[in-house]
This record gives sequence, C-alpha cells and structure tokens, in this order.
Amino acid sequence: MATVHLPSGLTQFTGGLSTLTIEAPRVADLLATLAARYPELGPQLDQVAVAVDGEIYQDPGYQAVRPTSEVHLVPRIAGG
Amino acid sequence: MSERVFKYIGTRPIRHDGVDKVTGRANYGADLTLPGMLHGAVLRSPHAHARIVSIDTSAAEAVAGIKAIVTGKDFPETTAKLALGEAAIDLHDIADNVIARTKVLYGGHAVAAVAATNPDAAREALSKINVVYDVLKPVLTVDQATAPNAPILHDAMVTKGVKDAKGPTNVAARMELKRGDVEKGFAEADVVVEREYRTPTVHQGYIEPHACVARFGEDGRAVVWCSTQGPFAVRDQVAAIVGIDPALVKVIPSEIGGGFGGKIVVYLEPLAVALSRKAQRPVKMVMSRDEVFKASGPTSGTKIRVKIGAKRDGTVTAASASLYYEAGAYRGSPAGAGMACAYAPYKFPNFFIEAFDVVVNKPKVAAYRAPGSPMASFAVESTLDEIARELRLDAVDLRLKNAAAEGDHAPYGPAYGPIGVKTILDAVKNHPHWSAPLGRNQGRGLALGFWFNGGMNSSATVLLNPDGSAAVITGNPDIGGTRAAQALMVSEELGIPVERVRPIVADTDTSGMTDVTGGSRVCYATGMAVINAARDVREQLRARAAKIWDVDVESIKWEDGQAIPPPGVEKAPHPLGVADIGAKMAHTGGPIVGRASLYAPMAGPGFGAHICDLEVDPETGRTTILRYTAFQDVGKAVHPSYVEGQIQGGAAQGIGWALNEEYVYNPSGLMENAGFLDYRMPVASDLPMIETVLIEVANPLHPYGVRGVGEVPIVPPLAAVANAVRQATGIRFTELPLSPPRVLAGIEQASRQPVGVS
Amino acid sequence: MKLHIETTINGEPAEYLCEPHETLLSVLRNGVGLTGTKEGCSTGDCGACSVLLDGRLVPSCLVLAPEAQGRTVTTIEGLARGDRLHPLQQKFLEHAALQCGICTPGFIVAAAALLDKNPNPTETEVRYWLAGNLCRCTGYDKIIKAVLDSSAQLQKAAV
Repeated sequence: MATVHLPSGLTQFTGGLSTLTIEAPRVADLLATLAARYPELGPQLDQVAVAVDGEIYQDPGYQAVRPTSEVHLVPRIAGG
Repeated sequence: MSERVFKYIGTRPIRHDGVDKVTGRANYGADLTLPGMLHGAVLRSPHAHARIVSIDTSAAEAVAGIKAIVTGKDFPETTAKLALGEAAIDLHDIADNVIARTKVLYGGHAVAAVAATNPDAAREALSKINVVYDVLKPVLTVDQATAPNAPILHDAMVTKGVKDAKGPTNVAARMELKRGDVEKGFAEADVVVEREYRTPTVHQGYIEPHACVARFGEDGRAVVWCSTQGPFAVRDQVAAIVGIDPALVKVIPSEIGGGFGGKIVVYLEPLAVALSRKAQRPVKMVMSRDEVFKASGPTSGTKIRVKIGAKRDGTVTAASASLYYEAGAYRGSPAGAGMACAYAPYKFPNFFIEAFDVVVNKPKVAAYRAPGSPMASFAVESTLDEIARELRLDAVDLRLKNAAAEGDHAPYGPAYGPIGVKTILDAVKNHPHWSAPLGRNQGRGLALGFWFNGGMNSSATVLLNPDGSAAVITGNPDIGGTRAAQALMVSEELGIPVERVRPIVADTDTSGMTDVTGGSRVCYATGMAVINAARDVREQLRARAAKIWDVDVESIKWEDGQAIPPPGVEKAPHPLGVADIGAKMAHTGGPIVGRASLYAPMAGPGFGAHICDLEVDPETGRTTILRYTAFQDVGKAVHPSYVEGQIQGGAAQGIGWALNEEYVYNPSGLMENAGFLDYRMPVASDLPMIETVLIEVANPLHPYGVRGVGEVPIVPPLAAVANAVRQATGIRFTELPLSPPRVLAGIEQASRQPVGVS
Repeated sequence: MKLHIETTINGEPAEYLCEPHETLLSVLRNGVGLTGTKEGCSTGDCGACSVLLDGRLVPSCLVLAPEAQGRTVTTIEGLARGDRLHPLQQKFLEHAALQCGICTPGFIVAAAALLDKNPNPTETEVRYWLAGNLCRCTGYDKIIKAVLDSSAQLQKAAV
C-alpha cells in the first residue's frame, strides 16, 4: 500500500487526514481512488502534480506506483 | 556516482550558431519577409477595466490598403485546458487575453486587429475603429482587490482551495503547506522577527519584442514563423484559439531574442493567423516596446508577510508566511511556486505558509525565470538576515545551522536526493569575497535561493553521415547556447569532435514533440533525449561492426569513438572508428538514425547563494554594486561558459529587480513608464564583473549529473541586495525597488529618529 | 510622396525609396533587406539598432531615412572582411559574450566605434561607452571581457 501525503491545504477535503495509504498500481488509479473516496477533493486535483519517490510528474498519468512508494501531492509549478 | 572522466563535456567550443549571430545573419522573429505580406496592428484598450458595449469597424474597413479586420467575435469560445509550460492553463483565459470579448481587463488589452499593405494604413485603420466602453473602476493591488466592495473582474470567480467558497471575489485560489506546530515553535524561540514585504510588477525585459509571420493557405493549412520558447506550445494554442485542427498548423521557430518565460503563452500568433485567413495573404505582426510592456506578461507584484522564530544558537524553531501574488487579469500567478520555494533551502521543523492568487487589472502575468521564487526568497532571506543580526550570528553560520541536506523533506513534500546547500555555504565561507574589507557607506549581503529542475517531454534524433559526422535534431529553440551543449553530448557519446556535429532546431513537422525551452529543462531533459539518441547510434555502430567482422556484437567494446574487436579475430585486425563504419552504412544494413524520446521527472533541484557588496550614497540614495559573487550547484557544467552566462544574466536581472525596475501606474490604472528609459534595467556601467563559482553535486537522475541552471540565479539577488543595503545604511527596506528616491527617503527618515530606535 | 535616396551602405553604393518620416532602421531592415540591425524599442534607448553614420555611432531608429542621403552607413553586415571576421566578432564568440544574440550586432557596432576612437580603453571606459546598449541575457561580464580582449589584440597587431 503506497503512502500518500497531502499538502495541508487539501486536508479540509479529506476530513483532516493528511497521510493516507492507497493501493493503486499507477498514479492515475491512485488519483481516481482519492477522488472516489473524497468527492470534494476531486475538483482540486487538477491543480496538483504528483511526486513518486522524489520524482515529480507535472502530467500525472500512468507512472507506476510501487507498494512501498512515498507519494506526495505537490503544487503544479511552471518554469520560465 | 563514480566520477566519470569526460573528453568533451566541460570544454568551451565556439557555439555552432555563433557566426550567424555575430554577423547579423541569424533570423529572429521580425526578420522574415514573404511575398504579398501584409502588416498587422492591434487596437488596444485605453481603459484598465471596462465593459465593451460595441465595436464599429466600418470606417476602418474603408481605409485604402486594409485587407482584413478581426475582433473577438471572429474567434470561437473555448473551454479547453492545455498542459503548457508545466502548468495546466485555462485556454479560455489565454484566448480572452489574446483578444477581448465582453470586457477589457487591463490597459493594453487587445480589442481588434487589422492587416494592411503598409504600416501607416494599419495605424490609420486602428484610429478609425470606434469602440464604445462602459468604463469601470480598476483594482491595481492586492489590497485594493481584496477590499470590501472591490470591483470584481470575473463575476463567476470563486476561490479554489477553499471549502464551500462563494463569490463574488478577486481571490482566485488559496494554497497552504504546513509542518509540525508553529505556535509551539514560536513559543520555544528566543527571538522572533516579523515583517511585511512588497515587490512591484516587473517585466522579463527581453530585448526582442514579440514577432511572427502567419500564412494561411488555400488548403486550410497555417504556417506560423515566430519567436517562441516552444513551437509545439504555439501550435496547440493557435489551433485551439483560432478553432482549427492542430494537424493543419505548422510552427517554425525563429531564433529568439530572449524569453525568460515570457514567450511561452501566445499573444500575436492567433491574431496573425486569423487575419491571414481573412485576407488570404501572409500577415506579419511585431509588438512595439510599449505593447510589450503593456500587453505581454510581466510577473506578479506581491505582498508577503513573514514571521520567523529562532533559538539563541540560530536554530529556527518556527516560520510562518502569507503570500499574496497579483495574477493580473486572469487567475494563475506563481503563488503556489513561491509557497513551495520559500523555505526550500532549510529544514525548519515547524512551519506554516499560505499563498493567495489574486486578480487585478494588470496584464495577465506570465512566467519569469523561477516564477514565484524570487519574491518569496526576498522576504524569507531578509527576515533571516534580521534574525542573524539580532542573534549576532554570521549570516553563513545561521544558514548552515538550518540547511537542508539529502534525506530532509522539502517543504513541498518529497525527500531531497543529493543537494548542494551545505557545499555552497562552505564555499561562500571560504571565498575571499566573504572576508574582504568594506568601507564607509558600504555593505555586504548574502542570500540563498532555490528552483526546481524542469522535466517533461523531450525528443531527439541523431543522424549519422557516411563521413562520420552527425546532425542532432530537437524542437527546442536555442536561447542561451543549448545547441552547443547538445553537440557536446553527441561528441561525448560517439567520440567525434564537436565541430563535426551539427545541432539543429527543427519545427513542429520535423522534430519529435518537445516541451518548451524554459523551466531549466533543455540541458537536463532534452539533453537526456540527445544522449539516448546518440547511444542508440552507438549501439547501431557496434552492430554494424559485428557484421563487418563477422563476430558476436556482445564481444565488441566501444572506447573513445571506436569499436574495439575481440582479440585474435582474423577479419578484425584493428579497431574501426565512426567514419570507418559510417562509410560502410549501405553495405551493412542502410542508413543509421538514432532516436529517443522521454518524459523526464522533475527532480534534482538547484540551489544558489549570492554575495553582494554595494555602496549607498547618503546624499542621493543611489546604490552602486561594487562586487558580486554567485555560487550555484549546477550538477555538471556541460559548456561552462554558457552555464556561467546563465548565472551572470540571472544575477543582473535580480539586481535590476532589487534596485530600479517597477511598473508605475497612474490613478486610472494605466502604465506610465512603458519604455526602456523609465523602466530602468541594468546597463553595463551599473554592474561590475560578476564572478561565478560552479559547484558540481551530481544529479543522480541524469547520466552526466546535469541539473537545470537557468532559473536559480535570479532568486538570491533581491535579498542579497536588500541585506547589503541594510548593512550599508542601517535601514531594513522591505519594499522594492530600492530606487534612489525610496532609499533617500528612508535615510532621511532614519536620521530624524532618536538614537536607539530601530 | 516617396523620396529617392542615394547613399553608401557598407562600402557599396545603395539607393532606396522612403517616406519622409520613415526611419533609417526601417529602411535598412525592410527596404534594403539588411536585417542584422535589430529593433528593440524604437525610442533610442536599447542600442539594438546601432549603426555608424559617417563613422559616428547612432541609433538608427532615431535617424530619418532621408538623412542618409550622400552619406556612408555601416551596419553589422559590413564589419567582416570577406571570410575574415572582425576581431570583435571573433572575440565575442571566444568569450561566449552572447546568449540569445539579439543585442549582439548593436554591441559589436558600438564597440567597433569605441575602438576606432579609443584603441586602448579601460574597463570603466568600455562600460560607459556601452551603457547605451541593453543586454538582458549576459549581465555584460563576458561582453566587456570580449571588448577588452579585442582591444588588446588590435594593439598587438598594430605594433
């Protein structure tokens, strides 16, 4: 079960929980599970990028999530 | 990671596009002329905030030489989202920014565009377009935008990130990061410093104005030549905004005269394509400098409150901050990035930081080199400087005490891999600049800075010629020497001299898809694609050698540009070089083409530290930079001259931001200093030589250890300058720029204070 | 009514038609196809349009095209001799004194004018002479070094 860390700004949509364990093989599955579990969180997820074991993906999709992965939802960043 | 010895990486060859650029032959956005070409011009709002009641173009249409006119109604409504320069941007907002539909939201907002056979006719037609406005009150600052009963820019706006949020509001979003217990942390502190800071709207200041030529053909296909950081980004935006299939749009990037993030979002291209479609002739559009300032994308003005508490030994126990960033006319300031970067160099045990994205009646902000980070860093590093003063601690020691290292968690979540914060601070401490003597009215300031390493999509192709030379093709415009860097990578992988590699910037039809040149990603991410494509060629060369020698490919080593055969094989008396094998291409299987494409994750971030010495003239308030040293962890410097150049250029922009640059607005909300005379950027006589210290802590994600370097250097200068002014004058200035009138006023006010009041 | 102007550009006789209010910059770029001279601001503040008019450094955006009548104009395209780059051009390349390159023609023309007038300038003299040329990419460091190295090279050649 991957450990998912939410930034404090999103915990208002998860009843205060900032660390969750989610079983999902890919990032897209993980986000879908989150949105299904916490319907109010869903619309906020287009503002996030996903870091899996320290590597940040601006386009969260089918990147693999291992059972031991540390996943962080981070703000989407634009470079210049 | 073992220390690899490089043959070409780290050398300083002359860049391949250099001769064209020093002779004036290189073609930038405004340098193209096509047969039958028309000149486009844009009518822009004279009001900062107004409803458009009507637009009458009939008199303009009658002007001799006018061939086409477009207004907002010539463009479709779009609600599409686009992954663009690393952030999903609402195309609806970009489209509305390109040309207004129902409201104008800033002075300079485009309302109509014309194409004519000569520029004078275009100007005359603009003067004959009759627009009726219902003028509204503008808001120009965060305070004005969030005041009760403030004029509202977007009726449907609600604050994202707030549960059960309701409009009307100008606050587009709220974000937050937290760790530990800040109240407890502040209670444990021996000293607490709290300040409020303000930074102005500033512009990237690229010397080349936006420019493009568009040709819409009888076959429904559009070709756009333009100065851009991202041809693929232009193609997708133009297609969506004009309402045509992206497969029918080809974008050919010209050379680009500076971007810094400001040439990612489109302004002119959709207008030029739409005009060309109507006129059935090519249309050229070039912004004037006035238009660049008023109608492209400067970066956010900000209001930032920071509170930091520390123990006597310098350990920070708590940090709290509120960041308010102006987004300009539409949502999307880099407030979230500022929030993520503010404490990034440190491992504060307890922190809270919130960020607000606020719309105001100014141009929609665009990315500007490490977007969001310089302002947040200015606030945090200035506050840390005050903490160091109160505790009588050396500025380097305070930062060393709190410095983040591998394994510490970044404020935005994930643990850091190997990073250079402590290495950089040690280098600062040991550098002669740190202990050089200072004179009267002089001061020294130190500040750290952080920025991410962009990743995302990149493609590369390497084409081998029979003579052993090669071409490397990518879709990334070369703004600062990336062609040379890519050639060095191919040289390194194939073992051929860098002069025998031709680096080429292709267009959207001839390059694999690639994300923008920006975000400090080309040397890192596109570089990885180039290296992989070159390795693909190398593997093909080994396979061909295997055929020539009639041996198993596994038995062939590759060293220094040669295939080395296993010993004792009669058909393989000696090694074969790239040219030897290349000459036999046709005989061994055909042409050799290497390719690679990847999605690089964002990881392996960069840190920098700058030392600034300056002198403040107490009679005029004028600040002179005396000495400047910039330290940065670059991972691996592929072409050190251009790495140094990125650092020097970023430092100069940061110095300008700290000392002189700002948008000046009149009470009606119109910019008053839209030219280089009064928007005062540093010139050669304002600066000394900028010394750079390149530190290399390898980025484990990249084969050579490369980190993106382009953006970090603009982050430290704001606080480095402000901290130096603090020492030189005894005054903590919390509002930028530190232009002579502001500094003089501060000096005069301080001289009226009784002794003992700080 | 357009004016017919006869002038000399980069050592060759040249002629063009222009409106009385057209700038020399516009005619160079659009009339005679010499796009090496760049437009950055059109208010004489950035130096990207620097050319020499009878050997004098001017911002061509502030010179009217008719003013070139009977005079000589030198642009960036006129500095190299055949296949030999001007020492400034060579030194700019060696010192990596350009990143995006848009300001480079203006800087090279301006620096050429300086070295004609003052073959052995100090760093301060170079910085103040070039204060009329804006660069946003380099922070000027490598540009100054390239100009000083060029003057050293020209001094050696003159000896």
